[in-house]
Amino acid sequence: MTDWLSPSEIEAVLLSLKVAFWATILSLPFGIGVGFVLARFEFPGKQVLNGLVHLPLILPPVVTGFILLKLFGTQGPIGSVLKDLGIVIAFSWTGAALAAAIMAFPLMVRAIRLSFEAVDRRLEDTARSLGASPWAVFGMISLPLALPGVVTGSILAFAKAIGEFGATITFVSNIPGETRTLPSAVYSFMQVPGGEESAYRLVVLAIVISMTALLLSEWLAKRVKTVVEGR
Amino acid sequence: MSLSVEFGLSLPNFHLEIKFDAPAGITAISGPSGAGKTTLINVLAGLVTPDHGHIEAHGRVLFSSHSQVNLKPEQRHVGYIFQDARLFPHLTVMQNLKCGRWFRHLPSDPEAIEKIVTLLGIEHLTTRRPTQLSGGEKQRVAIGRALLSNPDVILADEPLSSLDPERKTDILPYFEMLRDQMHLPIVYVSHDADEVTRLATTHLQLKQGRIQSS
Repeated sequence: MTDWLSPSEIEAVLLSLKVAFWATILSLPFGIGVGFVLARFEFPGKQVLNGLVHLPLILPPVVTGFILLKLFGTQGPIGSVLKDLGIVIAFSWTGAALAAAIMAFPLMVRAIRLSFEAVDRRLEDTARSLGASPWAVFGMISLPLALPGVVTGSILAFAKAIGEFGATITFVSNIPGETRTLPSAVYSFMQVPGGEESAYRLVVLAIVISMTALLLSEWLAKRVKTVVEGR
Repeated sequence: MSLSVEFGLSLPNFHLEIKFDAPAGITAISGPSGAGKTTLINVLAGLVTPDHGHIEAHGRVLFSSHSQVNLKPEQRHVGYIFQDARLFPHLTVMQNLKCGRWFRHLPSDPEAIEKIVTLLGIEHLTTRRPTQLSGGEKQRVAIGRALLSNPDVILADEPLSSLDPERKTDILPYFEMLRDQMHLPIVYVSHDADEVTRLATTHLQLKQGRIQSS
């Protein structure tokens, strides 16, 4: 790999993997929570919540990045509080992870919500009649049965997070070694004379990573489904 | 050991006005499909809330519109046996049997498990998953699961209707055994006359939303 990729290319790929990993892991509890709430409950404002979750999918990514910058920048309402606590995420890789998490969130929630909707509610009632509290029903019945969707959602979110560009570059810029993820690196190489070759290599890598993630998510979801259903 | 039931419930397509007492043994409730038999059972289980009434098991109030008591399904201590066994597909037979005690935070009771497993003839199935069981085996596990949750009352909603005639004759003796050995009120809903004649200690009919003895 070292012969094939230059150090700056490797750096971009590894950074992308790190950003996507943390974006996925940290958004997963929220994805499961929101997916469950959307699948199971009717409440005023449900459509607003659903809209908010899906907004990053529709909004121009540069708008999402701009909003993040205004909120989480060191002058912003959230960013200034975090700064007092010694945490600065604007223009750092943690900010890239936040941007990637938000952009990938709709995909994650969608898959998780669908799999919760597919869980037989009568099994949940059965568990209640056997003495399970709502939390126990969630933890021991609904969540395990929805696991295939949780796996799919996580992998899709991971793949999306690796490829996130617009919101990331707007929010945390394109700093080599800090926020220059794979897509930002492709963009940078395209701007410099003679960078085309590097761009090509990263493009191929991006395709390979995305395709692998898609195939892996399909395969894993099937495996988990088999295990969960005991076939 | 008894269950006393009195409630009224209006739904868009029918109205139930129910009153009966179920002593230990099988209280069979029959009636045409669509008469509200499942709804009745769901009211007892706490899955459907009636408009008014009073439901009490062993002196414990499960529902009372007068004193505004409405225990949640998990607080009612009812063992519900469904038409389809509804075993949890991600758990083994043994885990299905034990889950009632987990859910209620009761310590495991190997003796009770052993006894019930033997009674129901499911010793050889405990490590299997529900998808590897026949319909009759599933229903026996479901009966065991309901019993092992330490219920005050057993509710059975057409527990044999999804089985073929041979399987039915296999399972019927287990309900006779429950009736004769468990000293629990068992509310058994069915539209099958033979089943009811064979099992019922008390036979009630649900007609036009009301209970009539027959």
